[in-house]
Amino acid sequence: MLRVSLEHRFAGVSLTMAFEAPTPGVIALFGPSGAGKTSLMNAMAGLLRPHRFRMELDGVPLERRRPEYRGVGYVFQDGRLFPHMSVRDNLRYGLRRGGAGPVKFDDAVALLGIGALLGRRPRHLSGGERQRVAIGRALLSNPRLLLMDEPLSALDQARRDEILPYLARLRSVLSIPIVYASHSLDEVTRLADTLVLIEAGRVVAAGPLTEMTARVDLPLALREDAGGVLRGVVNSHLPERGLTAISCGADFVWVPQITAPPGTGVRLRVPAREVILAVESPRGISVTNILQAHVVAVAEDAAGHAALVSLELGGGALLARVTRDAAERLRLAPGRPVLALIKAMSVDWHQED
Amino acid sequence: MGFYRTVTWPWPLSGDEQEAVYLSLRVAARAVGFGLPLAMIVALLLARGRFPGRFLLNALVHLPLMLPPVVTGWLLLLVFGVEGPVGAWLAARFGVHLAFTESGAALACGVMIFPLMVRAIRLSVEAVDPRLEQAARTLGAHWVDRFLTITLPLAGPGVLAAVVMGYTASLGEFGAVITFAANIPGQTQTLPLAIFSALETQGGEAVAGRLALVSVFLAVGGLVLAEFLSPRRLK
Repeated sequence: MLRVSLEHRFAGVSLTMAFEAPTPGVIALFGPSGAGKTSLMNAMAGLLRPHRFRMELDGVPLERRRPEYRGVGYVFQDGRLFPHMSVRDNLRYGLRRGGAGPVKFDDAVALLGIGALLGRRPRHLSGGERQRVAIGRALLSNPRLLLMDEPLSALDQARRDEILPYLARLRSVLSIPIVYASHSLDEVTRLADTLVLIEAGRVVAAGPLTEMTARVDLPLALREDAGGVLRGVVNSHLPERGLTAISCGADFVWVPQITAPPGTGVRLRVPAREVILAVESPRGISVTNILQAHVVAVAEDAAGHAALVSLELGGGALLARVTRDAAERLRLAPGRPVLALIKAMSVDWHQED
Repeated sequence: MGFYRTVTWPWPLSGDEQEAVYLSLRVAARAVGFGLPLAMIVALLLARGRFPGRFLLNALVHLPLMLPPVVTGWLLLLVFGVEGPVGAWLAARFGVHLAFTESGAALACGVMIFPLMVRAIRLSVEAVDPRLEQAARTLGAHWVDRFLTITLPLAGPGVLAAVVMGYTASLGEFGAVITFAANIPGQTQTLPLAIFSALETQGGEAVAGRLALVSVFLAVGGLVLAEFLSPRRLK
């Protein structure tokens, strides 16, 4: 368990934040730029001394330790590689000082795909390569906790897509908790186990990603790209129909056939606006996934034209956005059983490990 | 025209002239050697430190740059002279005499070049991104470690430039040296003092000209080296 609480004031900004999250796992600090994510991370690394601060990781209080003895690895937004050292020496910098850890030099190099860069100087690296080296350098310092402050925000979309698989692999290989700050919902839904929503120096809500993304009472639900996340395992492939069955708890979700072998952990993202609700079984319809669910909560959006519906399924929770009119016609209310119709084509999937 | 005919290629120098050149090189080496560690500490304090009296320290360091060198020399005499508080103590305690000695010439040069060296080092330390030091910190480097592995290597070219500049400037120090250490051939008569003496002597232009040429070579060499080592070029 990671427990953090902070109170800090500077230049007219006041921060009061606290959260706790299970470890290991990826804890995403999600919020707009300027919400206080970096201050929180700097405090966790010991680089910022807030007026009040508590930090406890698996029962060990860390707030009094100086940054160099705290064992908190930090991947900065801007990489901060040492310009006068080769990539190899950058990687070894923390290795020499942090003591031998579970991650070996060659493993980190292989995991991050930076073997060909070892002899180069940081100024001869691309932005994506630089961030991968920065991640490797932090990993090799044998941290008990890894902080990543928007590690992809300085990169273009192509570079992000290049690094995200490495990060996903990292989360499944590492046994240490990762705190990942981001203002990209896409990154967060792909990586996070726990979601901490931060706005204007406050923690709005915190909890498991799969629950948080299905709640109607959070600002998340109002986003155009709102959507629930289901975690599941590849069950079987149906090549003759071009489909793959993913088992999510008691449910099967069908997606267009994927390459991952059966048994692979995947997370599915279902955009709220792509979920159709029905109160009786439709026939002669192209939708592949018809899942039994019941309504947990209903809320209207700010304009009052759309209804946000939180659904509980056999193996998770989803969010649906329908018109207010539809919600009234179907008499959607907490407890009402419904069918959630999800096009296989609308489901985004990502491999967990 | 008579002057130009008397100026010849400076080599070979006479014994006395050689003595003045070697003395200058020795004095400058000692001025830089003793001044550099202190200049680095002061530069670090001014660049990274936040403490009361920072402004005062800054002003004190820059004083020799602003004062007429004669005044600096005289102040040194008041403090380090035979009757001065520090000078008397050094003589009584260690038998060290600074006024009117080669060591005194080195002290005078060291004080004069101190602001130059502090400035050069301070600028290069300030050019080192403190966020890199933070990164080193999260990787487990304590402050001495950080200074040796991050700050110093990145500020290194500036420190080298400070050394070359300080050394070159030392060779040219006149006012403070002649006031504090006097003009004793073979003991405190550095290059500029020897040139001054030669010019004061009837028919000394030839000697002055040759020594002046040596000064020019040393100065230009130093400047070229300092420019070559400046951080701007190495980036």
